[in-house]
Amino acid sequence: MYDGGKIVVGLVVFIGVVTFPLWYRQASGEALRAPEPKIVTDAKECVAPTDYMRASHQAMLNEWRDLVVRDGMRVYVAFNGQEHEMSLSNTCMKCHPNKVEFCDQCHNYIGVVPYCWDCHIEPKESN
Amino acid sequence: MGALVSFFAVVVLVAIVFVGVEAANLRYLFGVIIPYAALITFIAGFIYRIVIWARSPVPFRITTTCGQQKSHPWIKNDILDNPHSTIGVIGRMLLEVLLFRSLFRNTRLELRNGPKLAYEWEKWLWLAGLVFHWSFLVILVRHLRFFTEPVPVLIQALEGLDAFFQIGLPALYLSDAVILAAVTYLFLRRVLIPEIRYISLAADYFPLFLIFGLVLSGVLMRYFVRVDVVAIKELAMGLVAFRPSVPEGINVLFYIHLFLVSVLFAYFPFSKLMHLGGVFLSPTRNLANNNRMERHTNPWNYPVKVHTYEEYEDEFRDKMKAAGLPLEKE
Repeated sequence: MYDGGKIVVGLVVFIGVVTFPLWYRQASGEALRAPEPKIVTDAKECVAPTDYMRASHQAMLNEWRDLVVRDGMRVYVAFNGQEHEMSLSNTCMKCHPNKVEFCDQCHNYIGVVPYCWDCHIEPKESN
Repeated sequence: MGALVSFFAVVVLVAIVFVGVEAANLRYLFGVIIPYAALITFIAGFIYRIVIWARSPVPFRITTTCGQQKSHPWIKNDILDNPHSTIGVIGRMLLEVLLFRSLFRNTRLELRNGPKLAYEWEKWLWLAGLVFHWSFLVILVRHLRFFTEPVPVLIQALEGLDAFFQIGLPALYLSDAVILAAVTYLFLRRVLIPEIRYISLAADYFPLFLIFGLVLSGVLMRYFVRVDVVAIKELAMGLVAFRPSVPEGINVLFYIHLFLVSVLFAYFPFSKLMHLGGVFLSPTRNLANNNRMERHTNPWNYPVKVHTYEEYEDEFRDKMKAAGLPLEKE
């Protein structure tokens, strides 16, 4: 090989970068864990089925905000016919007041930083 | 022709995963085995290609220069476009790798009535290429949030920057919009400009369609058919920790996305995409133009057998003396 030294160094750096997740994982050394959002309410149903809420709650909250703030509509008719007030603080947080144990579980796990709390006041938790 | 072949190749790839996951339930194959195989192929193939290239000798400094060479102190030389030192070469390489400087010089040749030859301003290829590569890099780095736990702050910061305008929720990534536009432009350019269509091969179209399919499946997963991201991260972290598992309930769209990226990785070392490594080995970019300052010997020069005059005289001294020829040494 010509200029072998430089090329080998370049290759080693490249492979180091490509395999970053592998050695980062080894270095952090913690056991694999899946997030476990804790549900503390006695209510049987949310405003939409669980599968939908798990994947699309952020889209729903966005829609709610637009409807409330721009159109002044405040009542949401759920899939099961029940009526709810479209409100993060008053509806969502009523059943899920535990932000750290509920919201943050998945958000931290996948590195999402929702901007809900830019405007809303974060719930004070007593633990 | 090449475009159609490539298009159907990508369609077939998508169909394979769809049938494989939905009908045959080969989730472990598409979620674990193929990604591992693709990564191994990528790394081994990449090293193999680079080593082959590294074995070709570069006997002489190939000087394609765009500026004044270093000579007399009173002639101003161009350090970046005609570097004579390592620092200048590093500067030129950085400009080439990060900003595609040589592509920036691209012009369009036109034969006008007259007949008259004209070189037209043409920066669109450079712009689309630059924007495409940078947004691809941002997307790649952003994806590390699925492969790291805890997610490094820098990756979250990059993601925040990418979703800066907070359009919609999940917020629109600028890189997603930009890469779709750039890939579309790069494809249309090949199809609509006759000269470029003439020189375009399946090997040019295939990566474009593959990347388009990749981006499209990603965009669909994020903005339209939302998928269970937590389950996907569990799968990704299992791969990273070498303890693979396939969580339930992941949409087939994810397997399509993962398979296309696996194909891209496995195809990479055997394709033109190897310009990722090749750009660093371009002799016209990475060699200082110091041919007149330093002697460069051809590395494959073998020792030439010579017979000097002194040796000749030693050999024939007696005969030369006898013939009365003048001698250097008596």
